[in-house]
Amino acid sequence: MIKAKVYVTLKPSVLDPQGKVITNALHTLGYDSIEETRASKFFEISFNESDIDIVQTKLHEICDKVLANPNTEVYSFNLEKINE
Amino acid sequence: MSKICYNVITFPGSNCDHDAFWIAKLHNAKSELIWHKDDELKNPDVVIIPGGFSYGDYLRCGAIAKFSSIMKTVVDFADKGGLVIGICNGFQILTETQLLPGTLLMNNTLHFICQHQYVKVENNNTPFTNKYNESEVLDIPIAHKEGNYFIDEPGLKKLRENNQIVFRYCDENGQINNESNPNGSVYNIAGIVNEKGNVLGMMPHPERAAETILSSHRGAGVFESINNWVYENL
Repeated sequence: MIKAKVYVTLKPSVLDPQGKVITNALHTLGYDSIEETRASKFFEISFNESDIDIVQTKLHEICDKVLANPNTEVYSFNLEKINE
Repeated sequence: MSKICYNVITFPGSNCDHDAFWIAKLHNAKSELIWHKDDELKNPDVVIIPGGFSYGDYLRCGAIAKFSSIMKTVVDFADKGGLVIGICNGFQILTETQLLPGTLLMNNTLHFICQHQYVKVENNNTPFTNKYNESEVLDIPIAHKEGNYFIDEPGLKKLRENNQIVFRYCDENGQINNESNPNGSVYNIAGIVNEKGNVLGMMPHPERAAETILSSHRGAGVFESINNWVYENL
């Protein structure tokens, strides 16, 4: 079993109004040193596979086709082997 | 002369499909509702992808609807030059399907906006706007949370050069500026067509403002334009 942790984030050039509001809220709470907050999406996907290379190839496909919108988002992931 | 035929696609979560279905009939056309699991259209001259919240807006607005079986047929229809309009969630679906460039992000206000909105006709040389005057100011309602049109600089340049920008948000005097931009859209963009000009995506709802009983009926021009274009060209 391989578990993937996938992060889909807005490109740096894309405005993130949610992140901006969160930064404002944190400033209100006194966390003045916060420069910026970016909100993003996190997925955990479990594969019934043992070959890391196969999972990597599939994940690139999945991210390009479904999980991320290439116009506005980028993705990254890391993989972990889970002992059954 | 036979009536022109609209096909309106219903996805789980669509909620403007019956408005579109009704308004097509009101404008002297035949109208058919098509279920998203179907593979075939019913001899359309025009396909409408209506507003709503297809698949609950899960993942991203329109991201799941693009995998519906009917969408393959709609893409084929568009590729062959068929007229397709995506309104609101339909616009989001058309960008996800890549029939139209760009993406609709969350409004910069983070709020769902439901209001009358002025838009300016930027291009009246399309199948969807030929009954409007150039620079005409229309009152057409908007109702969305993800209507903030985003495209990168090279993409915007291309849209402008090809005259693909059809509607822009403005005030009642036609002024286009930040104050008249309800959601943060790049270049106040409210509606665009593809390069060939046969696919329109727009956030305002012309089908909600196309009969005289309502306070605004300026959306009617979209359906009158389509009638006009289809009779002249097909």
